[in-house]
Amino acid sequence: MFTLTINGEAHDVNVDEGTPLLFVLRDTLGMTGTKYGCGIAQCGACTVLMDGSAMRSCQLPVEAVGSSEITTIEAVEADDVGKRVVAAWIEGQVPQCGYCQSGQVMAATALLKQTPEPNDDDILYGMSNICRCGTYNAIAAAVRQAAKA
Amino acid sequence: MILSPASAAGLSRRAFILRSGAFVLGAALPTRAVAEVAGAGEGGAAIAPAPGTRVAAFIEIGADNTVRFLSPFVEGGQGIATGMAQTVGEELDVDPARIAVECAPPGPDYQVVNGMRLTGGSFSTRTSYPIVRRLGAAARDMILRAAAARLQVAADTLTTSDGVVTHAASGRSLAYGDLAEEALALSPRNDVPLRDPRTFRWIGKPVGRIDVADKSRGLAKYTIDHAVDGMLFAAVVHAPHYGTEPKALGNEADVKAMPGVHSVHKLPGAVAVTADSWWRARKAVEALDITWTDPAPTGIATVAADFSSDGMLAALIGSTESGVSVEAEGDTAAAFAAAAKVIEAEYDAPYLNHAQLEPPSAIARFNDDGTLDVWLPNQMPEAFQKLCAEAGGVAPERVRLHQPMLGGFFGRHFTYGTGNPFPQAILLAKATKRPVKLVWSREEEFRMDAMRPLSFTLLKAAIGADGMPTALTSRTVGEGPLGRYFGMSPDPSTVEGITEKPYAIPNRAMETVTLRHPVNIAFWRSVGHSMNDFFYEGFLDEIADAGGQDPFALRKALLAHSPRHLTLLDEVARISGGWRRGPYTVDGTSRARGLAMASPFGSETATIAEVSLEDGATKVHNVWVAFDPGSVVNPAIVKAQVESAVALGLSETLVEQAVYENGVRRDANYDTYQVLRREMMPAVHVSIVESGAPMGGVGEPGLPGVPGAVVNAVAALTGTRVRSLPLANTPLSNA
Repeated sequence: MFTLTINGEAHDVNVDEGTPLLFVLRDTLGMTGTKYGCGIAQCGACTVLMDGSAMRSCQLPVEAVGSSEITTIEAVEADDVGKRVVAAWIEGQVPQCGYCQSGQVMAATALLKQTPEPNDDDILYGMSNICRCGTYNAIAAAVRQAAKA
Repeated sequence: MILSPASAAGLSRRAFILRSGAFVLGAALPTRAVAEVAGAGEGGAAIAPAPGTRVAAFIEIGADNTVRFLSPFVEGGQGIATGMAQTVGEELDVDPARIAVECAPPGPDYQVVNGMRLTGGSFSTRTSYPIVRRLGAAARDMILRAAAARLQVAADTLTTSDGVVTHAASGRSLAYGDLAEEALALSPRNDVPLRDPRTFRWIGKPVGRIDVADKSRGLAKYTIDHAVDGMLFAAVVHAPHYGTEPKALGNEADVKAMPGVHSVHKLPGAVAVTADSWWRARKAVEALDITWTDPAPTGIATVAADFSSDGMLAALIGSTESGVSVEAEGDTAAAFAAAAKVIEAEYDAPYLNHAQLEPPSAIARFNDDGTLDVWLPNQMPEAFQKLCAEAGGVAPERVRLHQPMLGGFFGRHFTYGTGNPFPQAILLAKATKRPVKLVWSREEEFRMDAMRPLSFTLLKAAIGADGMPTALTSRTVGEGPLGRYFGMSPDPSTVEGITEKPYAIPNRAMETVTLRHPVNIAFWRSVGHSMNDFFYEGFLDEIADAGGQDPFALRKALLAHSPRHLTLLDEVARISGGWRRGPYTVDGTSRARGLAMASPFGSETATIAEVSLEDGATKVHNVWVAFDPGSVVNPAIVKAQVESAVALGLSETLVEQAVYENGVRRDANYDTYQVLRREMMPAVHVSIVESGAPMGGVGEPGLPGVPGAVVNAVAALTGTRVRSLPLANTPLSNA
């Protein structure tokens, strides 16, 4: 049994040690906004915030979360930065298939929390998530828009 | 262009293919092949209402004034749901932002793509646009008639505005929702006038996508996000060698004893574990000690123990079988005999995975009433319904499909035999007597995904003393998905992009040789065009070089007869600041540009790419695309689709390849299977040209010009002519 703090609420979850946080969120808690893409921390579809920093939840064993605060896409708009990011995503009409975009929004929120006025290199290194629809330019534009807002 | 089945039937299939200018699914498919794959009886149309006419099948208006449109098409990022909302909303007089669009169930009403139903071939808008407009107009007419009856006034004294009917003279108004029940019970009229396009408020405008807010908030539900009560989770491992079978499980008892494990199952070509969570199922199935049957030792008839993509390419190159003619014009022998210069070149392109971000999954549930519910991604409901019925041992009409939006399209969601998890989910639900949700791990997906086929083409050109090509011949060896899944022979998907070109080269002889791939093959965004336009346009630059001509000038000369193409060439030159090939220097780095054109899916493109070298790798700085799909419903979505297609085209040009070594696929995840990432993404500049020609496709046509433009730019920059994708396989240095 593990007690996790997710979006400001404590959740007791009865899962095996070693279970990635991703599958605890999706299959145990039914929070499906966080996506499974690759399982090896390559694509970033599973990105959540752990104490405000971007974390790929597919490679984060549940026991490693400890008392850290987890924020998922379901609550990202409760955060001022996250709210601006979502607004910029909608304004910029970023998503196509949309499957990677939860992770992109979380990565962008983490980036802007750390670097409120990112330059092109900051975006390049901070936004390493894969988008198979190729929305990279729209994402970068939305990150800049959210930074200005 | 709307091609009715009747017009297709009036020509022999071959003549139709050759004359239609459309090597495309649906338009070119023989009726029997469609019926076979889609599970539709040939006489079905005789007893069913004409597809696309029964308003009640498409439009639901709730008492609360909500509007739902049941779409023949599945949304997978291409924006079709928004396009449907715009088109039906324009005629119905409801703001598209208030229209919920869902994928319709199987059924004859929705067979609106040349008499069949699929989302693919970049067909959706161009086939359904007039049908959906008529549906919207007919529904509005029914609402007006219901309102006239209710208000006891003449229908022509009523007006509508965004879901409200108003009788101005009496100041009375009624919401559509108040009238819906009476209105939808009326018979639709088929002679309702359509709205004057000059008064369009939403069609042709960059209306916001109806799914973007949910997708930005993580609220969009894909198949993998669904769950049903009482379900087991399942995970599988597939045979390492495609076509082999599980023989023995060494530690089955130990695995069955793992926490949460429900059961272990041998399936065709795979082993599955069901458990109370997917993670437990996956850990358990991957802990199994499985002995598999042996693959054939060698050869290409099957995926043998020594099968490799290099070996398959060698077999395509080495084929001596005589080809079947797919295009013949003039006298190529005479032209070659009289040529001042003859050139020839071999081009190839590799197998590719779809690599969509959503891993495949399916949920199967047998119900007490003998029906079967299946949640699955798909782009051809009738075909999937039929296959679900076969897997479940029930009649097709007892299969209810649930069809969530797709987490990436790219051609991944056609049936593909062993390439999808739903038959396994159905077998497991049957065996366990429980609903089962099966998810393929990313690794299983990379191993089992049906692939864009590897292909090879030999091109030869005769060049006259004036430097102009007088003859062109091609020999393509391979196999395409239209042949495999629709029985077409010769298979247009092997040669589309090489045949039916607009260039005035008077003597042509194109042929294709079918050599079956032992692997599972697929449609992949822009299908044969994804490689054939690269072969052709790369070779056209070789012709230009051999004839001492500038590639832009050569294309203009060869297209002098076609104002539509000349307009596109001029437009792509204009938006890129004027054609210049280079090399030239920008910020101390040498750059060059390449040009390619393509005529895919009824649309026309001209593409220019600007490249440099960075540590020996190709760096693409800019891609300019002039794109003419005839006319557009949503220019913002069209531009986004072209940019998306450019990205996928760059991905296959620069880095992508699915490689077989020793009978197995080399890459099982994104760490080694390379796809386009942010650092490879150039600036993309799209100009839409609405020529007014018959509406063409949008989702795929932006792709085929990209590989040719980039490779031609690389040749201009480095002097190295790359004839094999991806570019990452060829060492490059500045000339």
